[in-house]
Amino acid sequence: MTRIGVFVCWCGANIARTVDVELVAQKASTLPGVVYSTSYLYMCSDPGQALIKDAIRDYNLDRVVVASCSPAMHEPTFRKAVEEGGLNPYFMEMANIREQNSWVHDDRVAATEKAFELIAATVERVKRAQPLEPLGFSVEKKALVIGGGIAGIQAALDIAEAGFKVYLVEKTPSIGGRMAQFDKTFPTLDCAMCILSPKMVDCYRHPNITILSYSEIEEVKGFVGNFEVTIRKKARSVDEKLCTGCGLCIEKCPSKAKSEFDEGVGERKAIYIPFPQAVPLVPVIDREACLWFSKGRCGLCQRVCPTKAIDYSQQDTFIKERFGTIIVATGADVFDPVVYEEYGYGRYPDVITSAQLERIIDPSGPTKGEILRPSDGKHPQSVVFIQCVGSRDEQKGYPYCSRVCCMYTAKHAFLLREHLPNVKLYIFYIDIRAFGKGYEEFVRRVQDELGANYIRGRVGRIYPEKGKLIVQGADTLLGQQVRIEADLVVLATALVPQKDVEELARKLSISTDQYGWLMEAHPKLRPAETMTKGIFIAGTCQFPKDISDSVAQASAAASKAIAILQQEWLYSEPVVARVNKNKCVGCFACKEVCPYSAIEEEALVEQTSGLEKRVAKVNEGLCQGCGNCASACRSQAIDLLGFTSEELIAQLEGLAKVERE
Amino acid sequence: MKVAYFPGCSLHSTGIEFDISVREVCKALEIDLEEIEGWVCCGATSAHATNHLLSLAMPAYSLALAERMDVQDVVAPCAACFNRLKHAVVLSQQNEETYNKIKELLPIPWENKLRVRNLLDIFSNMLEEISSKVTKPLSDIKLACYYGCLLLRPPHICQFDNPENPQTMDELMKACGAQVVDWAFKTECCGANLTIPRPDLVVELTYRILKSAKTAGADAIVTACPFCHLNLDARQADIHKTKGELFNIPILYFTQILGIALGVPPKKLGLTRHLVDPFLLPALRRR
Repeated sequence: MTRIGVFVCWCGANIARTVDVELVAQKASTLPGVVYSTSYLYMCSDPGQALIKDAIRDYNLDRVVVASCSPAMHEPTFRKAVEEGGLNPYFMEMANIREQNSWVHDDRVAATEKAFELIAATVERVKRAQPLEPLGFSVEKKALVIGGGIAGIQAALDIAEAGFKVYLVEKTPSIGGRMAQFDKTFPTLDCAMCILSPKMVDCYRHPNITILSYSEIEEVKGFVGNFEVTIRKKARSVDEKLCTGCGLCIEKCPSKAKSEFDEGVGERKAIYIPFPQAVPLVPVIDREACLWFSKGRCGLCQRVCPTKAIDYSQQDTFIKERFGTIIVATGADVFDPVVYEEYGYGRYPDVITSAQLERIIDPSGPTKGEILRPSDGKHPQSVVFIQCVGSRDEQKGYPYCSRVCCMYTAKHAFLLREHLPNVKLYIFYIDIRAFGKGYEEFVRRVQDELGANYIRGRVGRIYPEKGKLIVQGADTLLGQQVRIEADLVVLATALVPQKDVEELARKLSISTDQYGWLMEAHPKLRPAETMTKGIFIAGTCQFPKDISDSVAQASAAASKAIAILQQEWLYSEPVVARVNKNKCVGCFACKEVCPYSAIEEEALVEQTSGLEKRVAKVNEGLCQGCGNCASACRSQAIDLLGFTSEELIAQLEGLAKVERE
Repeated sequence: MKVAYFPGCSLHSTGIEFDISVREVCKALEIDLEEIEGWVCCGATSAHATNHLLSLAMPAYSLALAERMDVQDVVAPCAACFNRLKHAVVLSQQNEETYNKIKELLPIPWENKLRVRNLLDIFSNMLEEISSKVTKPLSDIKLACYYGCLLLRPPHICQFDNPENPQTMDELMKACGAQVVDWAFKTECCGANLTIPRPDLVVELTYRILKSAKTAGADAIVTACPFCHLNLDARQADIHKTKGELFNIPILYFTQILGIALGVPPKKLGLTRHLVDPFLLPALRRR
């Protein structure tokens, strides 16, 4: 016979206002199997927990029901208390009489009755509870960082400094990411490359870091502590070990293509290094633009290479590695403004994006830092910026704010004024969102000291007239239409998720939100974690953010990763699915519904018939205890430990048995 | 092809030359227009400025009448009529409650099964046939195609062409052999019915459109909306008075140009009913 204790929480007035907690506690004492019952102001407080521990000792309890808030809040607290009281922690169940009762009702009599019913049901359930023990796994002491932008670089360095091996996988030929494309950073106007390249070099030199550039994630298997990852190292057509980065091949290459790094403003060769400070400093052949690969002739680069590093026969290779933890830092893409037909991007050469302007301002960019407009290579005398292109626009773009555009536009205005002292600057905005340290002051400076003309309102049309672009918009503060003659129009385009991020998310079994941003486990309290244990996120793959926020999140993700790598063993919740092999008919309906790929197939020889059959087996490291398999199983062969059919049916019956007045 | 024809009030009054030319062109292209018997006002402006449900029920009533005919398509040449009919169709498709409310108001059943189209839509889907029937190509004329707003906006209702940079009329005019100019004011507002309470504003707006067309080198402006036509045609005298600039740019319906190209005699296309005389253009005078 079980000896159950029931502990009813007041939660200050949160529960007690709507529920007569003392009456509930008194009635609960009459339930079969309950030997002790009480109520207390805050059950989660130290004295509240002590109350539970003392009662276990004094009344020789073997099961505990806490009637309070949602188990999402305090289940670990009470499990711990029960464990300290000497019981298996899974001999405690919670009845949620706050979120599911006192907070949503106002009839005190009915809510009191409902609280009692919920407790009665939980009492029946806890009687069937089985003792569960946490599961232990060993940890592979190596981290994988996907994405070599500033967030990935920072995370890799932090983990490497803590003494663990890191693989840094980057899709493009060089690490550096978006930040490498910037001339200056806001609001301090640091030279972006001057503060980034030392970190890139640190990564390259660090004995604990292996950089795999021009590489992508092919497959991810396993679970926290034991991820098995296949990485595709794309054919570079240049041997990384032999190449010295002399650049002779690039010099001689006759074929050209638009430079991705220069956002299409400038050109690069078919064999190229994206930018001078690239890491690794090894060229790559763009096989579409290369004459050897497209037409079967040329071969100039191979002939001139002093170290015979050019290898046209190179194929993609696959690297298989085990990792204890993974950090995703794949960054964001830039919105394509071509859908804003009224702005004429793509039709008028002097309508450009901010990313393109960034390259035009950069001294290592296609114009060597001279501010020249694309159409005729002249200095613009009048520049119009349009903010929120693709942001805060449900019609043509995305409803969210991209967070960085107000600041980078102010920075661009600042830099243009520096380069062209007499240029006229106009900035169309909806609101100025200058949220960070020193940001508001910076925008003020651009407005007050640098004379940028901020116009609140949107642009409705841009059209060419006599070699100028006429920007026609609304000034909503003056309530007037304005028309501005511009030589250059810059669209502050939104940040959007990377095109291939959904595919990567699927491989990693992590989720994305409605736009395609990677989902954090909790927006406030677990911002660098995902719902999949051991996988963390950093930088703009989660949502638009500036460099400082990206770096902060990267270090947060790294510290979370280090916390895992430092463990010899990891213990996980024992709430996992278990298959009754005798009942399993091998239909594998469970496999289809498992979001974590935790169901494996196992061969089994039936003792009576001697026949071999295939049955389901749960990988307990992967299983997150969602219970999908248990509900999908047609032969009721799967139970979720802690949520077995027996326990849940007992709980329902407990609810049915309550005598109602 | 037989289609139900919804002329609307303009095509029976101020825009009668649009009606005349629509009928001529359709005859030439073997499109059988059958006017919906008993059609009522599309509800433009008066109804949708006062009562949302009424503004949907009025066009729905005419559509219900058309359902009794043996047709699949209802064609409304006037941009405002097209816009209102389309509103009734699309909003009823999107929201069953709206559809039910409209049905309750109507004295006759309405299944909402007909397709509402404008003439540009129909013609742009038969460009090849039109090119083959062009007997008098207008290669010696430069046109600015002016779409206005109601044919294209709101885009989720009109579901026609590109609302910021439309091309259908340009393509049709090219099929007639004409040259079209690339200009920026294709969808600029003409001021519409502000022409009564605020003629000063309409003078300003139409001035910009005319100026832009002229700068782009257009000999004439082609339109698909009776209101646009009225404002652009009728305000040129006021513009002359207030701005001192005399444009004398003929404003034509696209059906009139198409008619000429198809060999319909100009006098059968209502060309004499405009304030700015189209025969000022040597290209038209010669025909």
